Amino acid sequence: MTQTLTIGKALNLGLRRAMEDDAKVVLMGEDIGRLGGVFRITDGLQKDFGEDRVVDTPLAEAGILGTAVGLAMRGYRPVCEIQFDGFVFPAANQIITQVAKIHARSRGKLAMPVVIRIPFGGGIGAVEHHSESPEAYFGHTPGLKVVAVSNPVDAYWGIQQAIAHPDPVVFLEPKRRYWEKAPVDTDATPDPLFAARVLRGGDDVTVLAYGPMVKTALQAAEAAADEGRSLEVVDLRTLSPLDLEPVFESVRRTGRCVVVHEAPVSLGLGAEIAARVTETCFHSLEAPVLRVGGYDTPYPPSKLEEEYLPDLDRVLDAVDRSLEF
Amino acid sequence: MTALRQTTEAFDPVPGAAAPHLPQQPDLVQLLTPEGERVERPDYSVDLSAEELRDLYRDLVLVRRWDVEATALQRQGELGIWASLLGQEAAQVGAGRAMQPGDTAFPTYREHGVAWTRGVDPLHVISLFRGVDNGGWDPVATGFNLYTVVIGAQCLHATGYAMGVQRDGAEHAVLAFLGDGATSQGEVNEALIWAASFSAPVVFFCQNNQYAISVPLERQSRVPLYQRAAGFGFPGVRVDGNDVLAVLAVTRAALAAAREGQGPTFIEAFTYRMGAHTTSDDPTRYRLASELEEWKLRDPVARLKAHLSRAGLADAAFFSAVEAEADELAARIRTGTTEMPDPPGTAMFDAVYAEITPPLAQQREEFLAYQASFEEGER
Repeated sequence: MTQTLTIGKALNLGLRRAMEDDAKVVLMGEDIGRLGGVFRITDGLQKDFGEDRVVDTPLAEAGILGTAVGLAMRGYRPVCEIQFDGFVFPAANQIITQVAKIHARSRGKLAMPVVIRIPFGGGIGAVEHHSESPEAYFGHTPGLKVVAVSNPVDAYWGIQQAIAHPDPVVFLEPKRRYWEKAPVDTDATPDPLFAARVLRGGDDVTVLAYGPMVKTALQAAEAAADEGRSLEVVDLRTLSPLDLEPVFESVRRTGRCVVVHEAPVSLGLGAEIAARVTETCFHSLEAPVLRVGGYDTPYPPSKLEEEYLPDLDRVLDAVDRSLEF
Repeated sequence: MTALRQTTEAFDPVPGAAAPHLPQQPDLVQLLTPEGERVERPDYSVDLSAEELRDLYRDLVLVRRWDVEATALQRQGELGIWASLLGQEAAQVGAGRAMQPGDTAFPTYREHGVAWTRGVDPLHVISLFRGVDNGGWDPVATGFNLYTVVIGAQCLHATGYAMGVQRDGAEHAVLAFLGDGATSQGEVNEALIWAASFSAPVVFFCQNNQYAISVPLERQSRVPLYQRAAGFGFPGVRVDGNDVLAVLAVTRAALAAAREGQGPTFIEAFTYRMGAHTTSDDPTRYRLASELEEWKLRDPVARLKAHLSRAGLADAAFFSAVEAEADELAARIRTGTTEMPDPPGTAMFDAVYAEITPPLAQQREEFLAYQASFEEGER
């Protein structure tokens, strides 16, 4: 069946399916029960599945992740909602020192199928700590897998795949795109979770993005097409592990690559991608891999976020610089 | 099979009493009844002049008007968000007025009433919620730290600051604000341990407004919050948070004890968040209208007004003068908000470090050049 869903509603439906499919799936988080979450992603789930499976937790993120570890050891599949990206840091100890390492420490005797849902990124006019892009911290932590969805189809399937996956998955949701709609075929065979996807073919420059920046990259490609420039847009989808084969294939054709993310550029995911593209496609490159991202500043007050966040113009500016090189 | 405990029943802070039900709480410190009658408590005596009582009333009215105006400004698109203090005016004004010069406050993000008592310009709070900056006031000059959005983090800062006060031999105290939800945070518990262990001159002022966004107190604690202090090794007291006199008396006593080297106190100000968590929230999804109606009968502003009238301490002319002053304040806030300039884009680079790094300075230059390229294009 195909229905038009927002990203938020697709996540809600995906969570519902995952809970129907596996009685061990337990949702935990602040305000996710009666309220349905501050973004309403879990709306109606506590009513239908009960308080034992959709748990309004005490206000303590380390507690959410720490008890998720114990529940996972007991055979449950905890899905933790972190209310906003900036509030994941009180839980960072549990995520980095425990969730990420328990499988390795136990030499595989203990699985850690924990999903950590985080609405991430800016653009909603919020106060501080509500617009962070923490993906590099978690991507830099061996033992974790990190994915970022950009559209309702991936939201619907991705959340189910992440929950079914045996390893811990940091599941990044583009909060400013929660209300974006698209048709979702709930009978389709989904793409694998840990795979990049070429969204738009092009010959001149390869543009890489994930999460909220995918829409920006597509808009840039549209605008570039009006000027006779053909951009290939790749949605990375998985950030750890990276799936760069489609990127290498693309860059070998275009010879140029621009990576876009909201997170600060320095020591970020774009640097890792640039290094790998350079190592693998060195002889095909016509220009250095360029990065477009946030400045190396704390996320600014909302009156400045439009100037902080990469937009269509900044992507096109990088495309121009790549082509002029 | 072990049954999971069902936790949907209403939390009853006092066995046998409907929750939340203030007058039946034997441990509650109250100096004014909801009807405005004065209650004497030898352990928390407070002797205020008529003028001081009128000043407290003025504080309550002005703070409420500020809050109402800010909510309206948010609704009209002038603020990104607003965290209303409606219903918590007495808790905040009472706590703030208990402080002495040299004392320092560590607020959450809702302590507009405390900000007021510390002389912070309301527009410097508004600018945070408008998205212009992260709070425009000087935390050192006002003794009122910047707001803390990450729940409970400030409690450790307050404790560390108090340890500094202690080392300096200063006769000052520190007042850490937190909410009922924050008591679940590990860091808050660490702060209570530190404060006890080092006998730091810090008072934890917990406004128990009954909800952490949608989650009721029962999910954070199975005992009244003030009783937790005993487990950490220092006194806890529950005060009627809608009674400005009681809050003032209890907080004064706790701060005095801290200054005298007697260590921390945990104050639970029992109150109610009359509005939404923030303007983004819809409380009708998780609480009953009847609960709100019950708490309206304990309104902190009406309570002091009733007392002033009953005791003949203020006349109609005084009340209308305060209303007029509130109108002026609201107008100043409205004009100041709508005329507040946006910050320059370079503001985001300028205070990241005490010494800006060369790469960041370069980014700043590139940012300016990039901005300028649009201006050239427009010509």
